[in-house]
Amino acid sequence: MNAQGDTMDARVDSITPLVRLDQVTCSYAHGRPVLDDVSLTIRPGTFTGIVGPSGSGKTTVLRLLLGLVHPQIGTVIRRPDLRVGYVPQVETINWNFPVTVAETVLMSARNGRRWPWTNTAEEDGVADVLDRLGIGDLADRHIRQLSGGQQQRVFIARALFSSPELLLMDEPTSGVDIRTRHEMLHLLAELHDSGISIVVTTHDLNGLAAHLPHLVCLNTRVMGVGAPTEVLTPDILERTYGAPMEVLEHAGMPLIIEGRHAPTVRHTS
Amino acid sequence: MWNTLTEPFQYGFLRHAIVVCTIAGALCGLLGVFVTLRGMSYIGHGLSHAIFGGAAICAAIGLNFFVGAGVWGLASGLAVSRVTRRRVIAADAAIGVITTASFAFGIALLGLYSRVKQSIEATVFGSVLGVSLTDMWVIIAIAIATAAIIISYYRPLLFTTFDPEVADVSGVNTARIDALLMLLLTFAILASMKVLGVTLIAAALVIPPTIARLLTNSFKRMLIISTGVGAFSGLVGMYLSYHLDISSGATIVLVNFILFATAYTLTGAKRLNRQPTPTPPTETTPSVPATRSRQPLPTS
Repeated sequence: MNAQGDTMDARVDSITPLVRLDQVTCSYAHGRPVLDDVSLTIRPGTFTGIVGPSGSGKTTVLRLLLGLVHPQIGTVIRRPDLRVGYVPQVETINWNFPVTVAETVLMSARNGRRWPWTNTAEEDGVADVLDRLGIGDLADRHIRQLSGGQQQRVFIARALFSSPELLLMDEPTSGVDIRTRHEMLHLLAELHDSGISIVVTTHDLNGLAAHLPHLVCLNTRVMGVGAPTEVLTPDILERTYGAPMEVLEHAGMPLIIEGRHAPTVRHTS
Repeated sequence: MWNTLTEPFQYGFLRHAIVVCTIAGALCGLLGVFVTLRGMSYIGHGLSHAIFGGAAICAAIGLNFFVGAGVWGLASGLAVSRVTRRRVIAADAAIGVITTASFAFGIALLGLYSRVKQSIEATVFGSVLGVSLTDMWVIIAIAIATAAIIISYYRPLLFTTFDPEVADVSGVNTARIDALLMLLLTFAILASMKVLGVTLIAAALVIPPTIARLLTNSFKRMLIISTGVGAFSGLVGMYLSYHLDISSGATIVLVNFILFATAYTLTGAKRLNRQPTPTPPTETTPSVPATRSRQPLPTS
């Protein structure tokens, strides 16, 4: 009872949002807006998936949350001293860069050290976070000498090394096989359980979005906000993707069939 | 043999030239690691051309080279780094416009003032003749300062070079780090220009790190190897320049190239083995059971 009361108090305390976008409009030079009147609140302990087609402004939302871009209209309010970890899309990483797994993780150390040399505390910290992600034996590997799932874990490890309260990931399952995607889902669930708030962008509706507790459907404007069963509906999906989709139910979760009316390409000989 | 090595020491200016060539090679090798990994090779090339314009103005109006070319070089360096941060004009086009114009301006000035006309070849391709004691002390000071700054800013430099966006988010002042690097590069080019020549500095910036990258997968070792290769090429190139009477920039770059060809040949087999070698996924995930059913994540 007592323990429960404590967690209740913690919940009440933590209602202050981590980041809030308030009626944000964003556009790059001379273009139509990338985001139009978008409001979004990231609260502590939440796990949010931002879904939408490419060019819908998903990455711009992440960049706003990170403070890398600033809106033309509207406000972004971040809780002061918020620790954010960011895992970029694996496609954006220069895999030829001469760094090992351990060196990559160490980059996000926030102890103010700028020397090349590490101390024991740092080395232990790196070993711990790599062990936590199941890649402890790969510390001295070059980042290229890893499988796709391992590469993704290295960059999650780097983000975790700075003990973030909020973890942002851009397309965590793009270009990975089904098994790696499963592992990624479980890993994210574990991290979420350990108290980290998570925001991911994804275009993978069935593989990732349908498994998340909370979704924001985005296509320049917010088309729907809520649990997958509430927002993964034919109506909202058609407004988000601009194409009709069919939604079935499987194991209590929505299952999206894309391109119901698309022509079938037949085999010709 | 011994004579070949010691003969240049009989002349004061050649003693200076030996030191300047070796340090110039090392300095360009060290900074070249950042230049190549950031894909800024063209910036190094452009910067030396821009600085040449400043140097020519100094020669024409009789201003001290390091002061005039230094100010000019810093201005163009910061202009270039600003241009590369914007995306309206393609960075390479913008750099091409700014720096080649400055180079053309310099050539025109040198042509107008006949007393400096004969030094065009030396300026463009580098020369060991007339290296002064001041040149030597200047490059020693710049090399010490550069090494000190790279060691004391090692981590932010590495992070910004590898992944500028995430570095920015993680609290690294990447704009300041970029400016710092441009500053170091400008000073290194200024100090090396006399012996390496305007047009060949870019090669001294690019070849040693490329050799080092072939030989190692570690950033730290790459810095050390690239510096060593640069210094060696500078030293050997200086001797070749003196004995064969060829522009020192050309001999230094040729030594660099021979080292590159050797390293490339010797690492040929190893390079093939360095292709991505993914380990089977079973090794990677001890803690995560593969679930076959579709399950929502627990909402908390």
